[in-house]
Amino acid sequence: MAQTDAPLRARAEAETERLPPLLARADRLARTVIMGEHGRRRAGTGDDFWQYRPVQPGDARGAIDWRRSARSDAQFVRQREWKQAQSVMLWVDPAASMRFASHKDLPEKADRARLLALAVSLLLERGGERVGMTGTALPPRCGAAQIARIAEALMSESGEDHAAPDMTGLVPHGRALLISDFLGDPAPLRAALVAAADRGVRGVLCHVLDPAEEAFPYRGRTIFQSMAGTMQHETLRADDLRARYLDRLAARKDALASLAAATGWQYGCHHTDSGAQSALLWLYRAISEGGAGA
Amino acid sequence: MTLGAIGFATPWLLWALLTLPVLWLVLRAVPPAPVRRRFPGVALLLGLRDEDSVSDRTPWWLLLLRMLAVAAAIVGLAGPVLNPRDAGGAARNTPLLIVVEDSWAAARDWQAQRDVIDGALSEAARDGRTAALMRLSAPERPVFRAADDLRSRLPGLMPEPWRARPETYAEAAALLPEGGIETRWFSDGLAGDGREALLAALEARGPVVVHESARPVLALAPPVLDEGMVALRAIRAGAGGALDITIAAHGRDPAGAARVLARLPLGFAGAEATGRLSLPPELRARIDRFEIEGARHAGAVSLSGDGLRRREVGLVAGRADREGLELLSPLYYLRKALAPNADLIEGALLDLLPANPDAVVLADVATLSEAEDSALRDWVEAGGVLVRFAGPRLAASDVSRGQEAALMPVRLRAGGRTVGGAMSWGAPKTLAPFPDDSPFRGLAIPEDVAVTAQVLAQPDPTLAERVIAQLGDGTPLVTRKRLGAGQVVLFHVTANAEWSSLPLSGLFVQMLERLALSSVQAAPAEAELAGTVWQPVQVLDGFGRLIEAGTRAGVAGERLLDGTLGPDLLPGIYQGPERRVARNVIGPETGLAAATWPARVPIEGLARAPETPLGGWLLALALVLMLGDIFAALAVSGRLWRGGVTAAVLVALVALAPHAARAQAGDDARAIEATSETVLAHVLTGDRAVDDAARAGLRGLGRVLSFRTSVEPAAPIGVDLERDDIAFYPMLYWPVTQTQPIPSAEAYARLNDYLRSGGLILFDTRDADIAGYGAASPNGARLQRLAAPLDIPPLEPVPEDHVLTRTFYLLNDFPGRHMGRAVWVEAAPPDAARVEGMPFRDLNDGVTPVVIGGNDWAAAWAVTERGDPMFPVGRGFTGERQREMAYRFGVNLVMHVLTGNYKSDQVHVPALLERLGQ
Repeated sequence: MAQTDAPLRARAEAETERLPPLLARADRLARTVIMGEHGRRRAGTGDDFWQYRPVQPGDARGAIDWRRSARSDAQFVRQREWKQAQSVMLWVDPAASMRFASHKDLPEKADRARLLALAVSLLLERGGERVGMTGTALPPRCGAAQIARIAEALMSESGEDHAAPDMTGLVPHGRALLISDFLGDPAPLRAALVAAADRGVRGVLCHVLDPAEEAFPYRGRTIFQSMAGTMQHETLRADDLRARYLDRLAARKDALASLAAATGWQYGCHHTDSGAQSALLWLYRAISEGGAGA
Repeated sequence: MTLGAIGFATPWLLWALLTLPVLWLVLRAVPPAPVRRRFPGVALLLGLRDEDSVSDRTPWWLLLLRMLAVAAAIVGLAGPVLNPRDAGGAARNTPLLIVVEDSWAAARDWQAQRDVIDGALSEAARDGRTAALMRLSAPERPVFRAADDLRSRLPGLMPEPWRARPETYAEAAALLPEGGIETRWFSDGLAGDGREALLAALEARGPVVVHESARPVLALAPPVLDEGMVALRAIRAGAGGALDITIAAHGRDPAGAARVLARLPLGFAGAEATGRLSLPPELRARIDRFEIEGARHAGAVSLSGDGLRRREVGLVAGRADREGLELLSPLYYLRKALAPNADLIEGALLDLLPANPDAVVLADVATLSEAEDSALRDWVEAGGVLVRFAGPRLAASDVSRGQEAALMPVRLRAGGRTVGGAMSWGAPKTLAPFPDDSPFRGLAIPEDVAVTAQVLAQPDPTLAERVIAQLGDGTPLVTRKRLGAGQVVLFHVTANAEWSSLPLSGLFVQMLERLALSSVQAAPAEAELAGTVWQPVQVLDGFGRLIEAGTRAGVAGERLLDGTLGPDLLPGIYQGPERRVARNVIGPETGLAAATWPARVPIEGLARAPETPLGGWLLALALVLMLGDIFAALAVSGRLWRGGVTAAVLVALVALAPHAARAQAGDDARAIEATSETVLAHVLTGDRAVDDAARAGLRGLGRVLSFRTSVEPAAPIGVDLERDDIAFYPMLYWPVTQTQPIPSAEAYARLNDYLRSGGLILFDTRDADIAGYGAASPNGARLQRLAAPLDIPPLEPVPEDHVLTRTFYLLNDFPGRHMGRAVWVEAAPPDAARVEGMPFRDLNDGVTPVVIGGNDWAAAWAVTERGDPMFPVGRGFTGERQREMAYRFGVNLVMHVLTGNYKSDQVHVPALLERLGQ
């Protein structure tokens, strides 16, 4: 057992070493987005003053704001703005296909996906929302500790080539953010999205792609292997395949976009060679305003 | 099979080249290995089929690379040979006869000729043929034997300094065996009479191939003195294009070293090139030989012998010349006779002799002072020729009267005699024919030479053998006596025309020539040579090198100049009874004619490119190409850089080679650095802090030395005892640490050498606790172990009168960072005692090999690069004073190392001054 212990610990330590940089980067990224708490623009439970209204029958006597009432003859009740904490559930594709970078200067897709997810979490947490991971392990909660737990959970990896989104544990009428390359079988995703829509969950599909996957810059006799090695495709002339591959990729994007439209979700595509900040801004806006149907 | 200059050992293999196009097609059909790529989008690719079933073709350059590799391998295996030996007549199995004209003319291309012979023999050895070699300089019956055996004797084949005589060819032809012979004739390029007979005999036995160097034969005719200049004439066999040569005059310079004294460029237009070389007589007289530069054969060397020498003759007259009576001057006719061919010196006798003339003529000089007499006698005995002429003074004097004077050949009767004068009976006397043993033998006597007066010799027993010329009545005219290595000659008449008409005749000049008074340009006359034997002194070999003759037999004078050169008459310098004569290969009339061969005889040159097998190179090229193909194939399939190990191995291979060279260069640079300036050195202990402190300490000491003394050391150097040479450093600072490894035996050997040859090691235990207590501290114990194998004399604490206390500063103690106890140096000899009145003892000589202490001097000396002290010493002003004292100790120590006990000697100065004053 001692033999297996040591590698496990070593791996665990190596993993935890990656956490603080990821957190730091995510924090730095999140700081670029200036934001405030978003009020609901109507009276409700909250700390901020919203309006005084005349006392109506049924109001508790203790609810009367005597200071305001003393300045006039009528009696007023002080109302606070209603603030609603949303539950946002994250899902980042842990599959092997995300661990791809076509060039050593480019980040892996998984790396970018985690960064975006964690940065969004930070922003949401600062906005007072509750953030969690899909599945039952990490239900949505508030607080900085949740961010650390999310960061830890994001480090999990799967050995499979493609993973289907886990849509358990969704809070009804909550929000969800799915980050993946969506290169696997689209059927589970479709089912998951329909199920989510049925529960009133809306959200965002963030499609992360490597530039090589967009450009397909390959030539000559090539054997293409999936990242986990479960699939391979041999071609004699890779350059002949490019047009057809790009067609298929465009079709996949179209399918995702239409699926998102049908279910009230939002779809966005992000490439790892472009900056993470623009993607973060888009993601945050899409999550926070998507509920309003924007 | 041959293709231009390239032949093939197995030409049928070249048919394999026809498979190359097939290979081309096959290689094109087979696609390159696929590139394996990780690609997440493979899910989107699944199910896509290739539209075109033909794969991507192999890149053309890769195809070309492979074809080249295969072609190189095929051609390489076919055994290509550059400049193959003629393999056309491979079936020949007749014996091979090599005829060599090994004359001096062949020496000009001897190496090439020998190489060609060697090639022919090795070819014959490959074919299993027997071979024989016949030298035409001394033909012998050819003995056919294994060609390899003959090859091993080739290095002994040398050219001879003579050519084959016409009859030699016939002799050689007679020696040839019957039966078929293939002949290779290596000609020397000169025409030879009688050669046709041998050629015909050889052609009757088989094919003959003539090898002849294309370089023309150049030769140098003997130099001739012409109007005071040396006329040189170079000849060549056959005409040709313009050719520039340089003739070098070799000789000895005044210091006696052989060197080239002059050079004369000559240009050939036709068969001859002439030029004149103007040289001062002194220089000309020293020339041994002329040589065509770069020709390297005996014909290009012309020995000058005595031919170019102008004698120096001192003339001394007995009475002052009377003004206006030149014709009566006793020296007038001598000058006229000698001046064209000799350099004349006139003056007082004692002034002449230091110039060491070849001859001295005393015209009517009777008495000589004692100094003159002895000087002249020494000079004659050393080989000088003294010629005296009689005259009124000699006749009137008492010289050699009762007793023969040393510098007179005979005793003289008083008064002399006059014959045929106005007051006497009888006619003037004429000369009798010269006796056979006279140096004048053979000279024609003009009839009009008459003698009217002479001095007469006393009839002594030795008179007859001393007479070398006499008058018709038998009275001596010229007598001669040998004295030591020289001779004394007396003409019994005057040197002017007063007593005889001899000086007016041509005979007078000839007689003087025979006496070697003037240089003889012309070859010695036959009459002079007849009956003499000339001994070779130095002879020329075929390459024109002068070698000592050793015990070679003498040569009869008749043959010397005219005889044909041969084994019994070599060119060289011959010593005769009176003079030296040079016998050259080329005489004044010798001409050179190029060899002509019948048109039917094939002639080949010697410049034949060596046979070079190319197969190995081509196979290596194929291997390199295949190696390149491996990398190219890897690159095409994208796996070149995944195999990073390969690249690493390659890089390592490339990086490994120059490493040793760098280390070597580093050693040299270090030695130069250490010796170009005074360098203080410290021993590297392996403890980084200690080493740095030692380095900084020596740096600080060096600064102080530069500021205050004339010693300006360069930056200090750390010395690894195992690796570095320590002999360059005047002094080693050795801080002792506990962890220091004990040096190896070799390092100790070097250290002991260093100590014995005057080096000094300053041991510093750095713990202020050594003296007196020895191994009390760990560092002290370590020091004992480190120093045990060293050759260290008995030690003592520095006595107060030790020279170390006053080499620069006057010091009482030697503090470093610690105010230490005594410092130990080599003990004074037990008998050292203080001299009365002297402040110091006269202590041991030399430098103490070791200084041992524990005061951590380096720390006190240490400064940073900017000059700030690195370590605190003591406290406050006292500490600074201590640091200053430490520096002063360092200065004293370095001064002690560099100047030894100089300051010990200084103490003697008062005593010396005191003694000198009295």
